Amino acid sequence: MRLGELVRPSILNPPLRLAAAALLLTAACDGKENRNTGTAPRFGGRSEPLASAITDTTEDGQWTMPAHDYASTRYSRLAQINAQNVPNLKLAWTFSTGVVRGHEAAPLVVNNTLYVVTPFPNLLYALDLTKPGAPVKWSYDPKPASAAQGVACCDLVNRGAMYADGKIVYNVLDGHTVAVDANTGQEVWKARVADYNKGESLTMAPLVVKDKVLVGNSGGEFGVRGWVTALNLSDGTLAWRAYNTGPDAEVLIGPEFKPFYQSDQGKDLGVTTWPPDAWKIGGGTMWGWISYDPALNLIYHGTANPGPWNADQRPGDNKWTAGIFARNPDNGHARWFYQWSPHDLWDYDGINEQLLLDLPIGGRTVRALVRPERNGYVYVLDRTTGQVLSANPFVHVTSTLGVDLKTGRPIENTALHPETGKVVRDICPAAPGAKDWQPSAFSPRTGLLYLPHQNLCMDFEGVEASYIAGTPFVGANVKMYAGHGGYRGALTAWDPVRGRIAWQDKENLPVWSGALATAGDVVFYGTMDGWFKAVDARSGRLLWQFKCGSGIIGQPITYRGPDGKQYVAILSGVGGWAGAIVAGGLDPRDSTGALGFVNAMKDLPQYSTKGGMLYVFSL
Amino acid sequence: MRKWARRAAGRRARSRFAFALSHSRTFALLLLAACARADATPARELRVCADPNNLPFSNRAGQGFENRIAELVARDLGARVSYTWWPQRRGFFRETIRAGKCDVVIGVPASFELVEPTRPYYRSSYVFIARKDRGLHLRSFDDPRLKTLKIGVQIVGDDGFNTPPVHALARRGVVGNLRGYTLYGDYARPNPPAGIIDAVARGEVDVAIAWGPLAGYFAGREGVEMEIAPVEPQIDPPFLPFVWDISMGTRRGDTLRTRLDDVITRRRAEIDRILSEYGVPRVEGRRR
Repeated sequence: MRLGELVRPSILNPPLRLAAAALLLTAACDGKENRNTGTAPRFGGRSEPLASAITDTTEDGQWTMPAHDYASTRYSRLAQINAQNVPNLKLAWTFSTGVVRGHEAAPLVVNNTLYVVTPFPNLLYALDLTKPGAPVKWSYDPKPASAAQGVACCDLVNRGAMYADGKIVYNVLDGHTVAVDANTGQEVWKARVADYNKGESLTMAPLVVKDKVLVGNSGGEFGVRGWVTALNLSDGTLAWRAYNTGPDAEVLIGPEFKPFYQSDQGKDLGVTTWPPDAWKIGGGTMWGWISYDPALNLIYHGTANPGPWNADQRPGDNKWTAGIFARNPDNGHARWFYQWSPHDLWDYDGINEQLLLDLPIGGRTVRALVRPERNGYVYVLDRTTGQVLSANPFVHVTSTLGVDLKTGRPIENTALHPETGKVVRDICPAAPGAKDWQPSAFSPRTGLLYLPHQNLCMDFEGVEASYIAGTPFVGANVKMYAGHGGYRGALTAWDPVRGRIAWQDKENLPVWSGALATAGDVVFYGTMDGWFKAVDARSGRLLWQFKCGSGIIGQPITYRGPDGKQYVAILSGVGGWAGAIVAGGLDPRDSTGALGFVNAMKDLPQYSTKGGMLYVFSL
Repeated sequence: MRKWARRAAGRRARSRFAFALSHSRTFALLLLAACARADATPARELRVCADPNNLPFSNRAGQGFENRIAELVARDLGARVSYTWWPQRRGFFRETIRAGKCDVVIGVPASFELVEPTRPYYRSSYVFIARKDRGLHLRSFDDPRLKTLKIGVQIVGDDGFNTPPVHALARRGVVGNLRGYTLYGDYARPNPPAGIIDAVARGEVDVAIAWGPLAGYFAGREGVEMEIAPVEPQIDPPFLPFVWDISMGTRRGDTLRTRLDDVITRRRAEIDRILSEYGVPRVEGRRR
């Protein structure tokens, strides 16, 4: 089976702006058989597929972490539900969370129990899958401080829990990480990690690596300083904390730090690439995803955009914001760093997922890190070194002109640089980027990445009055709207080897949900108007859909029930930044609400009301 | 399109007498209370949303000038003040007045579109604030000394918002000698936004540029003499205002706005007295 036969030629021909488009084509692309070497995935179906960093090739039918595995593939080897029979998928049971905010969490399934974390107040429910209708075994209430709601930027979301060592570990908006006994629902420990009085909150799903719980902070919109923290899984005590700005000693940069590009080499760049002291409030939070490669013993995480100065006030690269760190999970020590947006201008808040894939590139198997970025490019890096191998656009991009593979730096489009009072139009992608937090999936059977994303552009139209803490000031008057083509979102199948789109399912609204790929060659995702969809992993053809009560921004999962049947589960409940117009009841007449997102989502209230419901399907 | 529920006009608050008896022992007493209420003038509520820890504007103990003005307005309307407390941060207006939790926010910019602003009741300015013993007498953003002095400014967040002084200084190439103090401060402490003024008193910065009411109030509480002067120009081209009219904010379409306009006109002298008491620097402007 040849790779070339598996990937439909793109009918879209995205504009390749890279003169030196680094399409490092593989042996497979010039018609030779793709020989399976080492752990390269074989794109052929019947043989055992491999994506790297997944050490076990069995599928126990559980779902123990939001990304399913440390490589962040969101791929399940369950194949009972397949492209042929998925039209027969039926609703098996439902569960109401009792909360009507944006539901972004991935449910977990461990030992025949399904766990759900709700948005604020961050309740945890354990549902018994061995009984009809999955009744509640127990629930846990972390009793978060009500005042923490005042520091949540964009709806009161939570992205899920992780199971490890008999515990369910998750984050609470008010700055606590909690570990709850998976059997009894008793609190094992509760650690105060972030301080909401200083603007920090927690929304991300922690990742447990060996005996450490990894957590990062939210709160860039309050001028906080970003960090990643490791807690000891046994008791919640602090193991290490690495800041994403400031002196090397606090960033945990030492002799092991070997960044690929020269601009990341030097002493205390987290201080010297900022005006004096600006790093102390420099942003670079970490509210997104972490991956882990056990073979290299490295974790990978993004860092958010710099803050809180406007760009003129922070000349320099503003390290270590808007980049990717590789760190040793045992002590936090940085191994390499790559900055995809030095001196970020756009609020491209890059905490997106890192998929760890072994890809046939340039005639060899590359241990790659694939990251669909806010700025509209899918980056393929060598995850051992941090070198950028390719960066190709998956949407129409105007904010930059491409990525220079020699330096790794984006090519600036100075005509569009925002200035106070200056009207700048047609900046693509808009501030939420071409892709925000919503995590993609990868199928080793098709070799494709399934990207849920938005397609929005924005205008800066001068200034508008703002008011916080008794102080009037001006903000950029940002208007977002549907990007080129007139649609606002898509599920795009991306070929990371060829660096191009294989197929694309356009959606009217942004696709703010995660994606799920299965060995049945089905991809699941949800839409903000409430449709839960199954599409053919090879063609994108719609195979099945179900209308849920509220818009979907959650992460679909699949599991094997105690009855041996395969189930698919998704939380419905619109909200998040994109859905704030519904979850927060924003006024559609206020085009600058939710930082300009409301303008692009004016019609959402016609499509979806608030909700909070788990839907579970089976054949 | 969402319609904001209007508050039923003249909703009665329980009189204190009735309240005291609300867990009362006897039916007869309750009847008595009911009779007493029928004779009393209907007590209305002025439902105010405010920050519980944000002096000089407001706090839970009612010590801010916006608390005082709220009381004054309520008295004029024959109502009593009831508060919904919420930190005044991003989402404040969304979660409070626009969610129907209250009818008025006592301080908003007159050009603020999230609410229906009343006529302005004061106009203030961003100011230079420095220790008097430094003898700086700064007035203008074009003063060359700003290139070398250590300047404190207030900062917001990471999403394209900034206080006007930050933009004005950037435009003049004043970048490396700034120190940012978050508008939010440490909310666990009293007076979270006072950090920037404390820094001037301590000598951490030579001068700060802050919003007038904040500077005016804390300047008198630092134990060292301060000098305060409005920044010039009042509007930095192309359009960067340093002088702001402040109004009360009501819900769009609420008739309360016209009544508040009348109160502001009627009580101008008293409002001015309260503002003076709190050291709010005012600049003269066209009264709308």
